[in-house]
Amino acid sequence: MLTITGYPDRIYARPGDTIRFMVSCESEITYRADLVRIICGDDNPDGPGYKEEELQSDINADYQGRKQHIHAGSYVSVSDARPLRALDSFTVQAFIWPTTPLKGKQALISKWDAASNSGFALIIDETGSLAIDIGGNGAIERVSVGAPLQLKRWYRVGAAYDAASGTVRIFQIPMLAVPDIADGGTKEQRLGVRMGSNRAALLFAAMPGDKPSGLDFYYNGKIDGPVITSRALGEGDCEALIGQTPQRLAFDIVGRWDFSKRMDSQIACDLSVNRLDGKVVNFPTRAMTGWNWTGEIMNYNEDPSQWGAIHFHDDDVYDAGWESDFAFTVPAELKSGIYAARLRGGGDEEHVWFTVGPAPDEESEIALLLPIASYMAYGNDRLGMDGGGAELLNDILNVINPHEIFLNDHVEYGGSLYDAHSDGSGICYSSRLRPLVNMRPKRQGTLGGFGGSKLWQFAADTHITDWLEAKNFKYDVLTDDELHDRGYQILAPYKVLITGTHPEYWSTEMWDAFDAFRQRGGRIMYLGGDGWYWRIAYHPEFPGIVELRRTESGVRAWPAAPGEYYQSFDRRQGGLWSRLGRAPHGLVGVGFAAQGFDISSYYKRLPDSYKPEAQFVFEDVDDEKIGDFGLIGGGAAGLEVDRSGGELGTPPNALILAKSENHTNTYLMVPEEFLETAPGLGAEEHVNARADMVFFTMPNNGAVFSVGSISWAGSLSHNGYQNNVSQITENVLNRFLDSSPFTAD
Amino acid sequence: MPPPSIYRINPIRDLAFAIEFMKEPVGHHSPGLQRILHVFRGEPLTDKYVLVTVTPHKKWQLARLSGERGKPLRRLDTFYSCLKEAERDVFRRRWKEATGQELVLPQQAEI
Repeated sequence: MLTITGYPDRIYARPGDTIRFMVSCESEITYRADLVRIICGDDNPDGPGYKEEELQSDINADYQGRKQHIHAGSYVSVSDARPLRALDSFTVQAFIWPTTPLKGKQALISKWDAASNSGFALIIDETGSLAIDIGGNGAIERVSVGAPLQLKRWYRVGAAYDAASGTVRIFQIPMLAVPDIADGGTKEQRLGVRMGSNRAALLFAAMPGDKPSGLDFYYNGKIDGPVITSRALGEGDCEALIGQTPQRLAFDIVGRWDFSKRMDSQIACDLSVNRLDGKVVNFPTRAMTGWNWTGEIMNYNEDPSQWGAIHFHDDDVYDAGWESDFAFTVPAELKSGIYAARLRGGGDEEHVWFTVGPAPDEESEIALLLPIASYMAYGNDRLGMDGGGAELLNDILNVINPHEIFLNDHVEYGGSLYDAHSDGSGICYSSRLRPLVNMRPKRQGTLGGFGGSKLWQFAADTHITDWLEAKNFKYDVLTDDELHDRGYQILAPYKVLITGTHPEYWSTEMWDAFDAFRQRGGRIMYLGGDGWYWRIAYHPEFPGIVELRRTESGVRAWPAAPGEYYQSFDRRQGGLWSRLGRAPHGLVGVGFAAQGFDISSYYKRLPDSYKPEAQFVFEDVDDEKIGDFGLIGGGAAGLEVDRSGGELGTPPNALILAKSENHTNTYLMVPEEFLETAPGLGAEEHVNARADMVFFTMPNNGAVFSVGSISWAGSLSHNGYQNNVSQITENVLNRFLDSSPFTAD
Repeated sequence: MPPPSIYRINPIRDLAFAIEFMKEPVGHHSPGLQRILHVFRGEPLTDKYVLVTVTPHKKWQLARLSGERGKPLRRLDTFYSCLKEAERDVFRRRWKEATGQELVLPQQAEI
């Protein structure tokens, strides 16, 4: 079990930058922090072994740990204000689309003070029906419609409270009534209690409660168009509030929130004259189809008013918001690399890691680009315990590690872009401002293959740093996060750019900067598989969070709903890059073809590899078979593999040097590679379920070398780094460092 | 998660595939063995067998998932020092649960 978890406030730094470390201990222990440089994050006894370098630093000390909480659950908070406080009689109305109506009490719209039990809370009650709690003078009365809401259907709901008569009318009106389903109704009741005023915030999708956040009763589902008026309206007026506010009701409006405004922000805009804008907390999903979406248009930019819904989840989380335990300012002399505050205490060890890039004009010739967006995508995945069919997919038993048990015990740490929210909808935002407990050295992943090192993403990428160190190459470590923020300028100084093992998620800005390097004479070594697959977006204001829409096609852990294909963060259509007109094959020669997670295989050389222009790749390599060994599944071609194809965009000058073979039948073609369902989609039968090793030259003396396999890097250290995978990698890197043009002789 | 396989394992007709699995639990499988594994490995999450790492790369414990996020898995008093042995043991357990019979291999097929 984990006893220490932490995260840094920033993931990349340069000399002079300061990083703050947020740490939580499960109990009040003293822990030791030391600055280390991570070289090899693999503790497999059959490999080179775990390697880190301990460094002197003023952060090296003992610290008193304490428990820090993560407050999951999204909501909108409108600060208390005179017009809200002054409410005596009122009407509250909204459209809702509940996803877990039978979960138990869930708050829709509340202005509730828990200490005095005063105010109102429009809720879904324990029976799944709309209800309202009215509190005052220490007493609470509830009125329920008494008709359970149906799952994922739109309702207009609300309540009108008349203080003078002491009556409340609540209504739950299905937007599409169904015969024999009693899911609507109106109830009017005289109350014994008179609503008391309070100074609490107005909340959508939560209300005050006993959770450590001070809130509770988080709602799962959509809310669209909440409105509050200053008197009790009849049904006719409530219905009239749909659409444009009628002139006769204009002066009654206290607040009218339109979630289709500023969808890329964390502001809930109030269109009323009171301007009671709310703060959106914990990133519920925005740019969601509203009650009035017609289906005639798919792009919210054309008519945002049809996308007025926010989908709230009781397990949404953005920034854990912990207090920092200590900070580290990167000294000028610290060389570029992967560093961590190594925390030890209570029998546990945690690495809160970050990268250090070089000081200006101190760049090496080689840059390793760590795919942070992809780490975020897989961060805190729950694939082994509740993520669906991992065992079936992998054809091996799931191996559960302590960090996965910890995640299961701590739902509030949130999931990955591969997981579902508690209501079954896909998680489309992922943040690094929380401990991503699987993106750590030594920690194994469900998708890391059978036996061996079983590493995935961050830890697997340290096979590359380990090899670069073993071969005495001087290199810098950069991140795609910084590439997104600062663009091509950070790549420009380098001769060679090496990717991680699985750079799957790319923002448009990252892609453009990477492509600029490729076009302007840069040389690229793509030492991974399934790269440039999904488009993502970074938030324009809030750091450390990415958005994904899993739209049509692709290997998908969940599907984006119709009408919800456009990213709220940057207004662009999301989905597979290949379906957005930018196939990875055109960028690096290969693209995702098949996946399997049992055993890896090997490559066989192809005729192109004997051409004079490819000779440099295979110097001192006598073998036909490449990489029939390795720490990831036992071979250099495995997990997720990419193929070339002129029809998919592989440049016509590409040399196909080798292709993998003998994959098991758990390696199945990716869905975008076939149209009709048909047998024979496994690698034992399908010619395209393979990895291709590709080399091609680019204008301005640039070049690309791609291996198209996640497990390649796991073979580099075999036999004391003396093997054909290592030799090929070294040959290419040395040649790419040599600026002379590529010729056939 | 895909729905469970509807294939019903026949302890006589499918015995040859069990023998095949015992020889090599991981890697290439015949279509007949794949069909059995789709049944076993596609079981719902509730009570699904998993391995829990006790000592990384060295020792694993058998457990069954709760099937519900936030609810702990249930550890069983069975430990393995070899992942392939774990695969074989779980196969035997599932075979019995699916067919009501112990998996008895012909003597020459014992490994």
